[in-house]
Amino acid sequence: MESVGSIICYWIIVLAIVIFSILTVTTRKILRAATYLLFTLFATAALYFKLDYEFLGTVQIAVYAGGIVVLFVFSILLTTRPGDNSEQLASRKKLLGVIGALAVAGAAGWALCSRCSDIFTSLPAMQNPDMKEIGTALLGSGYQQYLLPFEAVSVLLLACIIGGVVIARKR
Amino acid sequence: MDITLIWYLVPALVMFCCGVYGFLTRRNMIAMLISLELMLNAVDINFVVFNRYLYPGSMEGWMFTLFGIAIAAAETALAIAIIINLFRVSKNIDVRDTTKMKY
Repeated sequence: MESVGSIICYWIIVLAIVIFSILTVTTRKILRAATYLLFTLFATAALYFKLDYEFLGTVQIAVYAGGIVVLFVFSILLTTRPGDNSEQLASRKKLLGVIGALAVAGAAGWALCSRCSDIFTSLPAMQNPDMKEIGTALLGSGYQQYLLPFEAVSVLLLACIIGGVVIARKR
Repeated sequence: MDITLIWYLVPALVMFCCGVYGFLTRRNMIAMLISLELMLNAVDINFVVFNRYLYPGSMEGWMFTLFGIAIAAAETALAIAIIINLFRVSKNIDVRDTTKMKY
């Protein structure tokens, strides 16, 4: 049984997620799309906080909302003139998009309905993973520890830095 | 009233479908990339929610989301570097007009 405050909190987060993700893909000004994406990412971070994963919510805000959205805004300002609207969509194109989205929704909905025993699980009690636990899980090489992916991601980021410099430099 | 697993999966599904719609209809490359971010984010939510509800003691889905966020950041940075380079060459980032490298 959830408290009333928790349910109100849930509805605010979910409405924010749904409304802002629809606005992100339907608005015709691209800078507004990036702003709505920022709000969606903040709502996702709030969802992580609500599920008791504080560290993950913080990472979401720092990396997504702080890093990726800033990159988007910079590149939008570099590549489009302010005040430009994207052109009106042809109805054929719009229909194609709606059909694609509905196909995905149907497939995922069918997958959910075929496993209906699991989808009504209620929230189990959990000890929040604290920083010590997260640190040992990230930097250990034993069972359920993640040193190898951690190092792989660091090599990936290095490759990304070099690739970004090589691609974007002036010839 | 009890908030069960499905209550979190449905908004994530809506978010993913918005991403698919945007990816199919947008013609500006940055807008397509934004739709892609929406899809990645919906998948991240699913990992976290399944981890929290079905396996509350372990951290697999949690870790998957953490690495997913890192990879999304790397992917976005590289894609934007490519887009800006393309803009420098052809002054346009509409996918219909970038056919120089075709064939």
